[in-house]
Amino acid sequence: MGQTIIEKILSSHSGQKVYANDIVVARVDFIMGQDGTSPLAIRAFEDMGGREVFDRERVAFVIDHSAPSPNEGVSALHKLMREFARAKGFRLYDIGEGVCHQLIPESGLVGPGSLVIGADSHTCTYGALNAFSTGVGSTDLAGGLISGQMWFKVPESFRFVLHGVLPPAVYAKDLILYLIGNVTADGATYMSAEYTGEAVKALSVEGRMTMANMAIEMGAKAGLMEADEKTFRWLARYTDRRFNPVSPDGDAVYSRVKEYDVSRLEPQVARPHRVDNVCPVGEVAGTPIHQAVIGTCTNGRLEDLRIAADILRGRKIHSEVRLIVAPASKTVFLDAMREGIIQALVEAGAAVVTPGCGPCVGTHNGVPSDGENVISTANRNFKGRMGNSKAFIYLASPATVAASALAGAITDPREFVK
Amino acid sequence: MKFHGKAHKFGDDVNTDYIISGKYKFKTLDMNELARHVMEDLDPDFHRKVAPGDFIVAGSNFGCGSSREQAPLAIKYANVSAVLAKSFARIFYRNCINTGLPVVECNTDLIEAGDDLEVDLAGGVIKNLTRGVDLPVKPLPGVMIKILNDGGLAAHFRKHGGFNID
Repeated sequence: MGQTIIEKILSSHSGQKVYANDIVVARVDFIMGQDGTSPLAIRAFEDMGGREVFDRERVAFVIDHSAPSPNEGVSALHKLMREFARAKGFRLYDIGEGVCHQLIPESGLVGPGSLVIGADSHTCTYGALNAFSTGVGSTDLAGGLISGQMWFKVPESFRFVLHGVLPPAVYAKDLILYLIGNVTADGATYMSAEYTGEAVKALSVEGRMTMANMAIEMGAKAGLMEADEKTFRWLARYTDRRFNPVSPDGDAVYSRVKEYDVSRLEPQVARPHRVDNVCPVGEVAGTPIHQAVIGTCTNGRLEDLRIAADILRGRKIHSEVRLIVAPASKTVFLDAMREGIIQALVEAGAAVVTPGCGPCVGTHNGVPSDGENVISTANRNFKGRMGNSKAFIYLASPATVAASALAGAITDPREFVK
Repeated sequence: MKFHGKAHKFGDDVNTDYIISGKYKFKTLDMNELARHVMEDLDPDFHRKVAPGDFIVAGSNFGCGSSREQAPLAIKYANVSAVLAKSFARIFYRNCINTGLPVVECNTDLIEAGDDLEVDLAGGVIKNLTRGVDLPVKPLPGVMIKILNDGGLAAHFRKHGGFNID
């Protein structure tokens, strides 16, 4: 019987041929924790009687969610992480290095066919590189750090066949928002989303990362794609390691298959306070905006900053809007400086903050005020997500956010993109 | 394990930011402190209303969103005995088992806010004493029962020195 991508990766990592709903203990290739989750994992590691990590080359901690530290409580937890990583001899990416979900792919240690767990729900991002990567809690992470293994129920797969090519000024973010709105926030619970079709092939690896990143917003355990020449070229910048790309069999079994034609898709916006509360930008155009955010593990990569800069270059943002930009990593930041992107953004009125999660999780870097509207390239618009439950968060592409920052209100970016 | 308490009712898609906001969870490992803010953005008085043994009762997709294990821990430290929902998001569900917070899938339409409930996990029965109805419960997968019976994943590791789920 044929296998899906996730069935193949879990088979190769558990030494047996497995199918959906089997329960397996699998070998893990890489393990990541961030500053919101690692402190509890350290406590669980000690509680489990852990002494050393299973392989210090296959483990990393990242300080990105509240970086640099905004208060003494966070500082104490950061210190705990630094001391633990130093004592166990594995890598810790400290403040300013960037968002974990940009850094782990850039590390070159993760690629096609890899199995990765991370104590962050958006770990599913590396599905764009044909890796099965998934978010876990701190105790699962601790078990992985000790044993190099984790138990899995092999997920059923949900195949998204995406025909056609996206129109101008419509991006991967619009596409994934549309899909989430269509299947809803629990439409793929415990499933592996497999994205395929002409539209996926046409996307850059960065766009694919946006698609994979938000698989969790429909409840999925993974958001997987096949590897192609674009994948290998992207990886070649960071490593000469060889990976084992995985394609689904022609007779693989999918629990659900949905087909879409994306060629007439419009820019999409997720309205407060649900990621699946999605509509075409026209339905909310004119909504006043007080803060605009470009960055995060969803849309803080070079391509995203370039799209925003192309709209903002030579213009000024609206006088009543704050625009916050957080590059996804130091590498992205440096690349963007070399290209003049940062200059264009700052001249337009952007405040650039430390590479990392920026204001997305509500710990620092731009907590909105009561009654304010925020438009953001992030992946979640839950009430209180950015630190104030009386603010309203809209999610959109970097182009829509940039256009909205100029106008001071939600704006269709198509008038700015030729 | 048998619990008795009142139902505190919530809707669908209660995410982990609502269970415990990011603005608190990054600051401390003191779960008693986090328990004072549990469900705060949905019901600011929740931690005062809840009595030891009470239940959180919700619709579908409870615990969606982030992987923060502070979410089940904050619920547990608020003295909630179990969460009953039509369905759970997967990372949250695993985290509950790993940290020893009982989670039960059942038809929560048959429970109203304030109902008096008796939950027998071993027997697989929920009795709604207020309404005089018994709710069937979807059983946990065997691996999860094994980890729960060991007292969570940390205790499972201490007992077996690693995974022992066959």
